[in-house]
Amino acid sequence: MAVKAYDAGVKEYRDMYWTPDYVPLDTDLLACFKCTGQAGVPREEVAAAVAAESSTGTWSTVWSELLTDLEYYKGRAYRIEDVPGDSESFYAFIAYPIDLFEEGSIVNVLTSLVGNVFGFKALRHLRLEDIRFPMAFIKTCGGPPAGIQVERDRLNKYGRPMLGATIKPKLGLSAKNYGRAVYECLRGGLDLTKDDENVNSQPFMRWRDRFEFVAEAIQKAEMETGERKGHYLNVTAATPEDMYERAEFAKELGVPIIMHDFLTGGFTANTGLANWCRKNGMLLHIHRAMHAVIDRHPKHGIHFRVLAKCLRLSGGDHLHTGTVVGKLEGDRASTLGFVDQLRESFVPEDRSRGVFFDQDWGSMPGVFAVASGGIHIWHMPALVTIFGDDSVLQFGGGTQGHPWGNAAGAAANRVALEACVKARNEGREIEKEGKDILINAAKNSPELAIAMETWKEIKFEFDTVDKLDVG
Amino acid sequence: MASHDIGDFQTAQTLETFGFLPKLSQEELYDQIAYIIANGWTPAIEHEHPSRAGHHYWTMWKLPFFGERDLNNVLAELEACRRSYPDHHIRLLGYDNYTQSQGSSFVVYEGRS
Repeated sequence: MAVKAYDAGVKEYRDMYWTPDYVPLDTDLLACFKCTGQAGVPREEVAAAVAAESSTGTWSTVWSELLTDLEYYKGRAYRIEDVPGDSESFYAFIAYPIDLFEEGSIVNVLTSLVGNVFGFKALRHLRLEDIRFPMAFIKTCGGPPAGIQVERDRLNKYGRPMLGATIKPKLGLSAKNYGRAVYECLRGGLDLTKDDENVNSQPFMRWRDRFEFVAEAIQKAEMETGERKGHYLNVTAATPEDMYERAEFAKELGVPIIMHDFLTGGFTANTGLANWCRKNGMLLHIHRAMHAVIDRHPKHGIHFRVLAKCLRLSGGDHLHTGTVVGKLEGDRASTLGFVDQLRESFVPEDRSRGVFFDQDWGSMPGVFAVASGGIHIWHMPALVTIFGDDSVLQFGGGTQGHPWGNAAGAAANRVALEACVKARNEGREIEKEGKDILINAAKNSPELAIAMETWKEIKFEFDTVDKLDVG
Repeated sequence: MASHDIGDFQTAQTLETFGFLPKLSQEELYDQIAYIIANGWTPAIEHEHPSRAGHHYWTMWKLPFFGERDLNNVLAELEACRRSYPDHHIRLLGYDNYTQSQGSSFVVYEGRS
């Protein structure tokens, strides 16, 4: 290559980082950002600035650049597209050479792509919409400790979504009373129960006591029902040392699954814990507290589909995805878009689902999609249709709010679920015929009949804040 | 709700999928076998004495019915298995060789323990 001279000063980013003729390599990591620049800054300059600031660039030329080959290492803005229905923003597509990132480190990818660049003054807003991870990077990540197929085999759950519930009240129960609530849910027909995300090890219930009582609840329910049961014991803690101590104790008790909050706990903790789970035969449920801070604003932050992809690589066997129909935010097409990213081995580009790139996952195991939050019996036909078999449907209030208590509430949900699955298998359109299917099933289940009466009026009809971009 | 209006929920041996539904009629069973075959899965039958049903493996009845398209043959095998092991749980499953899992699995006949 030609020898360059050192020319101090500030250059236009686009001279070096805007490369519209570039054809991305299979090994490149590709990103799509939604950019909203300051008034008067050309799109190419904004896109180039994002490429530069998220890769090799800094605001001023430095002499030591000439000691390396920045043409090899730099990120390149290679395409700009209009955002449908939005004249002030645009999509910038950026290609990063794989050697910018440490093998197996989601932390390193995020530190680069969503680091300083998000505070960059030339931008008013910036949102990371999607990442195409190259197979060469995926193969360096551990991914889900077990994955869908292995979890089904361990838990003996086939041909249907699994049923769960978060134990309520979320805070304040003693360990023994908490274990009682778990036992009642499990004996009634749930497959899994869950610690609330903010249950860690507070003064009212220390983790060790909770783990012991819950382990007994699982064992008793398994013996009485002839089914496999589990409870996500939350090992999220203040330090990695505490986290591993709790995980080890859960293993000692012989329970099948533990739980972590991947965003508040962080990707370093998550990846480490996922590796521990793989090594110790433990399933890992992942909660997503803090995600809405990052992903809800349509013009700034990180779309959840990116966080979901990152989690599949970092490692987790379950991930919360929203419910589409319940009390929490979530557009149907967009949700299905990232549910695919969790479960499929190949996901083609599909803008109608907010998928910006083809994504090949190779042999990476799949992650169960978890629908949880404000759902009840009447949502069952829609949930089974939307999420399909490889999901966990979690009814917290919808189980424990049953007038007869947790066990009856659990049975009501299980009857409704199985009635919907059976009808689906018979070829019926269960979303359309949902009411008939449930009414019919309730003839053999007083628990279901009462649940249907209890929740008949509840709806959550607010418009979605973060919509897909359509014209 | 007053206590006399509250029902007592009794725990039952439910044995996983469809354990909370009434026993399937012949016609309903037919539909589920059709679903397994329509998905391209391989129907198979397993049976086990209730006292040993907690393990992952139950005893296989013959081999999975590779390439079987006739629902009646599957039904006939279920009946034959039941005649041979009247006191066993008997389940029908559908092997999915793409996911290397079972697309369906449920107990058709419950043995008495």
